[in-house]
Amino acid sequence: MRILRAIFGHGSGRIGGVIVGVYLLIAILGMLGLTPHNPITQYRVDRLHAPNGAYWMGTDLFGRDVASRLMAGVGQSFTVAFFSVAFATLAGTVLGLAAAWLGRRWDGMLMRIMDVLLAFPAILLALLIVTVAGPGTWTSVVAIGIVYTPIFTRVVRGPALSLKAREFVDAARTFGSSPSYIVTRHLLLNLVAPLTVQVTLALAWALLTEAGLSFLGLGTQPPAASLGLMLSDSRNLMETAPWLMIFPGLAIMISILGFNLLGDALRDILDPKMRRAPA
Amino acid sequence: MNYLMRRLAAFPLVLLGVSILVFVAIRMVPGDSITAMLGTEAGLLTPAQRDSLAAYFGIDQPWFVQYWRWISGILHGNLGISVTYGRPVLDVILERFPLTLELAVLSMIIALIVGLPAGIFAATHNEKPSDLGVRVVAMIGQSTPSFVLGLLIIYTLSAGFGVLPAMGEFAPLWQDPLRNLGQLILPAITLGFAFAASVTRISRSAMLDVLSDDYVRTARSKGAPARSVIWRHALPNALIPVVTLSGIEFGYLLGGAVIVEQIYALPGLGRMVLDAILQRDYALVQGSVLFIALNFMIVNLLVDLAYVALDPRIRLGEQ
Repeated sequence: MRILRAIFGHGSGRIGGVIVGVYLLIAILGMLGLTPHNPITQYRVDRLHAPNGAYWMGTDLFGRDVASRLMAGVGQSFTVAFFSVAFATLAGTVLGLAAAWLGRRWDGMLMRIMDVLLAFPAILLALLIVTVAGPGTWTSVVAIGIVYTPIFTRVVRGPALSLKAREFVDAARTFGSSPSYIVTRHLLLNLVAPLTVQVTLALAWALLTEAGLSFLGLGTQPPAASLGLMLSDSRNLMETAPWLMIFPGLAIMISILGFNLLGDALRDILDPKMRRAPA
Repeated sequence: MNYLMRRLAAFPLVLLGVSILVFVAIRMVPGDSITAMLGTEAGLLTPAQRDSLAAYFGIDQPWFVQYWRWISGILHGNLGISVTYGRPVLDVILERFPLTLELAVLSMIIALIVGLPAGIFAATHNEKPSDLGVRVVAMIGQSTPSFVLGLLIIYTLSAGFGVLPAMGEFAPLWQDPLRNLGQLILPAITLGFAFAASVTRISRSAMLDVLSDDYVRTARSKGAPARSVIWRHALPNALIPVVTLSGIEFGYLLGGAVIVEQIYALPGLGRMVLDAILQRDYALVQGSVLFIALNFMIVNLLVDLAYVALDPRIRLGEQ
């Protein structure tokens, strides 16, 4: 509750919070199928209609309602973004904590593996994984999750190393606390703040990567709707039906903006050191 | 020097990791490269023809033999032969790389020319309406995916001015510089926009940090002109995070901008790798990923060395 109040007391947090809230609502409605029309039904007589009362955002080449497809697409994008970031957070936290706690050889080995993954260009790594496993929603989740795991590992390992050297950890050891208790209770709990900021910003990247993958035809497969795919399909009809490009384009952009604003606000709120120079 | 040696010593290790990862991953892609290369005509091949093609590209051997051949080839400067192009992989990569490099350099120039002054301006007008304006634009810029911006630019040009971006055959810089620039300027703006936004944000916050430091206050109180305080005293220190960010972004751009190259139909590294993956061109995917990873590591190392140049107090490699 306190954090919500802090977010809404913060200029960009307020805007980001509202944007993300509205998108969550749209995503849920889209996933539950509560859209104005069926997103995959083709109303052949109404092909390429400009936005009007019946079709708020117009219709596409097959006469499908753009607004409904957009809602379903937002649901799709958010599903991929949330699950992939959850994957990366979980994997990155476990690996980062393991590297920091076990130290020495394990630390060196784990971090070198992360170096290998980081030296791989993100979108190419995702492309490779998607091509191996075949395009689809859950492949995108795994691909994006793996791509962002090294970042979370680094975010966790650094602070965990310095926490491990603090007196309270020594004290806990002296009292005979088990390693698992110390790691979850003393290290993990102290890492919640940096992780929260990272998760919010990673959601913005994940949305971007998901849209990029589906733009290239390697994400969600047709006829299911996805924002990247809608944008990619709009290219040939840009001049006759600009609404096919403008609405999905804006939808992707504003969703990323929302998470970026929220992430910035959370960084200000949770990390007092950064407060001096909010960007 | 010690640090440099240690970093360089880690290169082969990371590259070895990258090589194993890409070697295994590309072989897990369903389908074989000969079918992908010849399409439906692959069905016309006799088993003997198919075998000799596989032997020619070296993909008839067990995986460990293939890997060993590949790695020992690399040590002799031979990255193998591309199934799609029928030519040495290194030649194909070096043919595409100038475009990618030029695009990355142009985007970085745009990002620095726009982003750095904007960030400094915002920092020196902290909390004023002009600062807020810069921050809003930078935030929007950072949230605009390159493919959305690219399509918007193409749409605005074609619908508003009736012109289309210069596509068609790509003209290398040394053959036709004007035409080359005409073809690359829009993609560079597309990539440079979000890059400039990041530079603006980081230079603003770094500058704000530095401006509140004691030595800047001292410079001000001894009566140094405001301009000299900003440009001579504060900027060099504020540049460190800007260099880090620009270096990392530049390193990524050297890996090719798959989507922007796709939108503007540019024959760069990114599209080549995408096509190679889809074509299961093992040698080309392996070679280019290794090439990109090496570039990325070199750029990262140069960024680290740039710290020392900017701030002699930094001693790399010390904890």
